[in-house]
Amino acid sequence: MSIPLPQQAPPRVDLRARWRVAVDPGHAALMVLLLSILGLFVVLPVGMVLKVAVTAADGSPTASHLLRFFENPLYIESLINSLAAGFWTVVLSTILALPLAFVVARYEFPGRMLVITLATLPLVIPPFVGAIALLQVFGRAGVVTLLLQDLFGVRSNVMEGLRGLILVQTLHFFPFIFLTVTTALANVDRSLEEMGQMMGARGWRLLRRIVFPLVLPAYAAGALLTFTKAVDDIGTPFILNIKNMLGPQAYLRITTVGRDDVDGYVICVIMVAISIACVVASNWMVSRREYATVQTGAPRPQGQALRGWRLGGALAVCGVIVGAGLIPHLGVVMLSFSKIWSLSYLPSVYTLSNYAEIFVRAPRFVINTIAYSLTAAALSVVLAAAIAYLLQRGRVPGKGLLDAIAMMPIALPGVVIGVGFLRVFYNITLPGIDAPLTSTWAIFALAYMVRRLPYALRASHAAMHQVHPSLEDAAAVGGAPRVRAFRRVVLPMILGGVVAGGVLVFITAAVEFSATIILVSRMEQSPLSYGIYVYSQSSLGRGAAAALGVVAIVLVAVGTYLANRLSGRGRMAFNL
Amino acid sequence: MAERRLRPQPVEVSIRGLTRRFRGAVAVHDLSLVIQRGEFFTFLGPSGCGKTTTLRMIAGLLEPDAGEILFDGRAVTQVPPWQRNIGMVFQNYALWPHMTVADNVAFGLIERRARRGEIAGRVAEALRLVGLEGMEGRLPSQLSGGQQQRVALARAVVVEPALLLLDEPLSNLDARLRVQMRTELVRLQRHLGITTIYVTHDQDEALMLSTRIAVMHRGRLVQLGTPEEVYERPADTFVADFLGAANFLGGVVQSVTAGEILVALDGGATVRAAGARNPGFRAGDAVTVCLRPEILNLAEASRPADGTALPGTLRLSTYLGWVMTCEVELAGGRLLRVQTAHPRSHVRFPEGGLVMVAFSPEDVLILRENPPVPQTATTAAPEDAWTGR
Repeated sequence: MSIPLPQQAPPRVDLRARWRVAVDPGHAALMVLLLSILGLFVVLPVGMVLKVAVTAADGSPTASHLLRFFENPLYIESLINSLAAGFWTVVLSTILALPLAFVVARYEFPGRMLVITLATLPLVIPPFVGAIALLQVFGRAGVVTLLLQDLFGVRSNVMEGLRGLILVQTLHFFPFIFLTVTTALANVDRSLEEMGQMMGARGWRLLRRIVFPLVLPAYAAGALLTFTKAVDDIGTPFILNIKNMLGPQAYLRITTVGRDDVDGYVICVIMVAISIACVVASNWMVSRREYATVQTGAPRPQGQALRGWRLGGALAVCGVIVGAGLIPHLGVVMLSFSKIWSLSYLPSVYTLSNYAEIFVRAPRFVINTIAYSLTAAALSVVLAAAIAYLLQRGRVPGKGLLDAIAMMPIALPGVVIGVGFLRVFYNITLPGIDAPLTSTWAIFALAYMVRRLPYALRASHAAMHQVHPSLEDAAAVGGAPRVRAFRRVVLPMILGGVVAGGVLVFITAAVEFSATIILVSRMEQSPLSYGIYVYSQSSLGRGAAAALGVVAIVLVAVGTYLANRLSGRGRMAFNL
Repeated sequence: MAERRLRPQPVEVSIRGLTRRFRGAVAVHDLSLVIQRGEFFTFLGPSGCGKTTTLRMIAGLLEPDAGEILFDGRAVTQVPPWQRNIGMVFQNYALWPHMTVADNVAFGLIERRARRGEIAGRVAEALRLVGLEGMEGRLPSQLSGGQQQRVALARAVVVEPALLLLDEPLSNLDARLRVQMRTELVRLQRHLGITTIYVTHDQDEALMLSTRIAVMHRGRLVQLGTPEEVYERPADTFVADFLGAANFLGGVVQSVTAGEILVALDGGATVRAAGARNPGFRAGDAVTVCLRPEILNLAEASRPADGTALPGTLRLSTYLGWVMTCEVELAGGRLLRVQTAHPRSHVRFPEGGLVMVAFSPEDVLILRENPPVPQTATTAAPEDAWTGR
């Protein structure tokens, strides 16, 4: 028998080694580096905006600026307009998205996949590009306006004021609700419904009592996302020449009154508050969503096949809604090829000169955009991969803080990032260049990087998640030191997903407008989105603006396709 | 090119005072033992007993809070895993999904700067050893679970490690394959003569594979010995219950005579036990009598209660052909599990009838400890009885 004898006290491990057990020095150094970078480019700009808004002239903290916001009738009107536009966009998007989502999720019919693809296409067109096209279709001299006038003698202008804004944003943002609700409906365990049917609920009663409550959290998340995006979007108000909204007001205060005007910062703070409220509410709703996805081993049943008049009805519903969502795309493409399109249903003279303008005469917009976006994508990918690695594998305190800061930009309107960057980096000059950082092109790349970092981080997170820690352990035991293990095992596995995140950053940066318009100081540095705005301000330039819009659509569409392909390949077959 | 035989140089592993905490909770407490060169050594225990934590510390994947690990007398506690020259098989196999079978196996050879011309031959030899010739070009996703397991094994042994670590390698296989792989594992280990440390919660695997077993419970070593020792002479009721099944009855030693111990059970009956098997008891000791189900048989109620039989009522009997399990309720409500290898002679006892539960004094174990919380009929796990020991 060999029960071990009691030994003398185990040898003490000295304090340094003990510390090493809990905190890896390499990880700690990386953590400090990352927090410094994020502190400089995320926390500092936003903190500065907040600080200016609550600091009196003599430097003491005060709430008087914030209170004065609510005494200014123009600001109150702007606030109400922004909220109202967001609200009605959500209402109209719901009306478009819900029937479509229900038909697509519940029924099987020819062309169903086509409908799903087409219904997400509005996301690849920046809303302010769609605005140009919709002016051509619904505006004062638009196609539909003329049609109504000729047929019925009705004089109307749908695009006037907030109505136009709501129309543009609805056609652009309704896919957010469509996508979340379709996914949720597909995940609802059909047996829950069958249970409801057996208990005697049928038709509308079944929908109301079983299906709606299950899908509600997903719908709410989609709706809140739509609301946030609508309030955040300042490109569309500019194209439609609407000034009395929060975003445009912030821009106008900063650019006309000056960088030191407190009111601009106060408006930014209000916008951040709205945005954060939406994100918090959405997270809360999503966290309650668990019960909607009861898992069963049974394969998801096929959708009910449709026949006869039901099939016709479903196709009609899909056709009308998807068709409406594609109006901006058609309009932009036609406008980009038109020389004269005024007071007629279709362009009277076609031309390629708009493309010559943007590619030959003034190619800087496209070149700048590609340069800024590529830089932003590369920077954010490196940053996101490092953050994701540290969050999942790091043996170091402060991971919660790192995560929170890195995801913060998702709740920050672009205007706020732009204003914060302007405030912080205007006084900083780069060595070797005798100009403020804000006047170099680097400021765009940095702002885009910060603004889209959460996208890259999510992608890296997901990619990293596939690499089970034991794969790294196996590499270490197999003889590979940490850096080599990362290069030979981790990197090849996460590359697809991480690059997909970079592509997402690239395409969203390519059409970024809110921060851009604040940061543009010289036309030579202006990217595509600002170019669209500048061209669209003159009736002769609308064709060129549309051509730039087509370039943007192509960039985003190709990028979306690439991102899907890449992240699909990154998801390698590794089952535990 | 001539194929080269794998010739690992096995080490002796010493563990001294090894301790590791996770957020204040002790995972491994003051563990000390020596694993001999070429031994097949098993850490056995329920989940959370600290066995995997110990293995990861031996591998260098986890640093101990205190204590030392020595390979052949050389302290390796501060040596990173990639310099310890070990092979390891993970519970989920941890094959790299983006590499072919050959690349997976060759990984360690490349890291060890093996000569380029040598790698292919050694990979082929390792794959032949695990019966996967010709699978070099496959991806892990194209293999079955058992094949993935073999690749992981080939990857671990191809580098001729000083030490082979196996972390529950069979737990993800289906039952039939698990039994087959057990045999292959033991054959491979004997063939290579490599020091092997195995972690499992499966008593069958531990008993069948090991030269010695360390039974762990709540971060502590409760018993170390050969399979026969831990099964035949468990240190306490935990080991007796974890390895095999056991009925526990509390009592007091009544008398110790030459070669025989009499225990008065709490219920009033008396049990005779062989003194040779239960040394060191004195009259008056509070003890637990441990009766494994397989040493018990049913007998007619007329048999005298002479210390080799206990009276009771047969409550349940399940016939399985090669074995039969019964539950007998003793006076006072305690349930005894009986498992006989002679079902034919037992079917005559009707459920509900009075019986005697008979045993031989040589089979009775006495443990120096209070009995665990009484088992009731419903908590007795039937699969223990079906393993047939």
